[in-house]
Amino acid sequence: MADSGTMTAAMTGPRGPKPKRAFNRTNIMIYGTLIVVALYYALPLYVMVVTSLKGLPEIQVGNIFAPPMEVTFEPWVKAWSQACTGINCDGLSRGFWNSVRILIPSLIISVAVASVNGYALSMWKFKGSEVFFGILMIGAFIPYQIMLYPIVILLREAGLYGSLTGLVLVHVAFGMPINTLLFRNYFASIPEELFKAARVDGAGFWAIFFRIMLPMSLPIFVVSLIIQVTGIWNDFLFGVTYISSPDRYPMTVQLNNIVNSVQGVKEYNVNMAATLLTGLVPLVIYFASGKLFVRGIAAGAVKG
Amino acid sequence: MALSDATDATAQAGQGTPARKPTRIFKNLSSKIASLPMVFTALVIFVGGTVWTIVYSFTSSGLLPRLKWVGLDQYERLWSSRKWIVSIENLAIYGICSLILTLVIGFTLAALLDRKVRGEGVLRTIFLYPFALSFIVTGLVWQWILNPQLGLQNIIREMGWESFAFDPMNNSKIVMFGLLIAGLWQGTGLIMCIMLAGLRGIDEDIWKAARVDGIGTVKTYIRVIIPMMRPVFVTSLVLIGSGIVKLYDLVVAQTSGGPGISSQVPAMYVMTSMFGGQNLGQGFAASTMMLVTVVIILVPWAILEFGGKKRG
Repeated sequence: MADSGTMTAAMTGPRGPKPKRAFNRTNIMIYGTLIVVALYYALPLYVMVVTSLKGLPEIQVGNIFAPPMEVTFEPWVKAWSQACTGINCDGLSRGFWNSVRILIPSLIISVAVASVNGYALSMWKFKGSEVFFGILMIGAFIPYQIMLYPIVILLREAGLYGSLTGLVLVHVAFGMPINTLLFRNYFASIPEELFKAARVDGAGFWAIFFRIMLPMSLPIFVVSLIIQVTGIWNDFLFGVTYISSPDRYPMTVQLNNIVNSVQGVKEYNVNMAATLLTGLVPLVIYFASGKLFVRGIAAGAVKG
Repeated sequence: MALSDATDATAQAGQGTPARKPTRIFKNLSSKIASLPMVFTALVIFVGGTVWTIVYSFTSSGLLPRLKWVGLDQYERLWSSRKWIVSIENLAIYGICSLILTLVIGFTLAALLDRKVRGEGVLRTIFLYPFALSFIVTGLVWQWILNPQLGLQNIIREMGWESFAFDPMNNSKIVMFGLLIAGLWQGTGLIMCIMLAGLRGIDEDIWKAARVDGIGTVKTYIRVIIPMMRPVFVTSLVLIGSGIVKLYDLVVAQTSGGPGISSQVPAMYVMTSMFGGQNLGQGFAASTMMLVTVVIILVPWAILEFGGKKRG
């Protein structure tokens, strides 16, 4: 008993005290650095919030980091329902609803298409399927600018240029690489025996997909949805390229137009309220989804 | 090659289709039909679109695309354009700084978080939330924080450092660093997450062995851990690199390319010539140059990753 006691003491001995001595100094350094960096990351969100709650006079004399002396929600109301872009003065709500109308169909179509793609690529390989997949993956890295104009022509031929439908199709196409990859890897990890058993029982392509694979793949659907919501909501390039009329601009494009418009007095509080409103949807998704968000970007990133 | 073909064939045979079927087209028909959107996207949009733009970059397309060949004229004009040269220089400065700093900050933060700190979850959430925000939001926030009259510069001056000057929004010499601060804020969290996943994948025994040998923590990281994380670093490099080339929204929101043309970037040059300047040919040539840049980044990586071994 005593023997084993000294034994473990001898074994842990060199480990025990040494970290303890180093603990203080190293730890102060580690926590100090982390806290300073965390402040840098948190600062812009804080500045956005406090600026959006101040009145304009207070901003013009004060400190951007100071909390508001008098809290007002007027900038939020103004950003949402009165801010002007060009001739429209009905605020960011217009862009918000446009974005919602773009987001929902894009989400449904792109997740549906990507899940079927991933399923076909992992379980029903056909000649050339890997080649198409390879092209898709390379396409994710090519600068979008090179494909912008040909897509304008395609959409114009289809009579969809400038419409929300056109933009939805563009989002489906450009969301395809990452989401297909996600589903392909997920389905590839499902045991093959399951697939074979279903085949023996006479189930075909769609029966296996709907009756066996879909019920098993709820988590990956959530990950894919998170990627798509943030990706589509945050898009600027496609919105500004494929929407021809300011009435139909998505929220990001309208936000940029409101804040960077050169006319009139710069209302910094309204601008920050508008910015925060635009960032709210992805932020809510991020804080609500927690680990799944990380998993989504890690799955996409590490394997992409 | 032959080997992988053979395994492919057996894999397909194993997937339940009868060994011999006269018509190959109908084999796996549902799968092929279901893959049509993917095939269309890959062939028509990605390949077709890219080839189309490259072909039309050799024409004199102006307001509308037309097939009047002018050889390399568009490229000559491009490289003699002051705006394009500034764009390339800006992208180079931004790119090099962003690449190095993102890797250093991302790895350092990941390594610090990996030291079993308390509140890791909270810290990770704080470091990563900017990644959920769009470049437009990022650009507008930093435009406000870096506002020369009311922002950071003003506050530090009021605190007593009268001669302090950091006004990237007005100063064309340092405007790219203003963008860099915003870009790093938005993007380092992602790299930190990837690095952290890499660090977590490293065997605990490595650390024990290093401790037995009396190697210090920092030295262990540099000599042992980083070389072991080569694939993670390569992935990060590719991600950062392809992100840098696409840099556009951030500049539009934060500086609109100004002051003057001092924060122009290639993607912006493409957009203004294609949709603003009615100068399609220039846009096509410039976007082709962007593609070339990406190819230069990606091909060495692809060779490194996939060149030695065949897939499978």
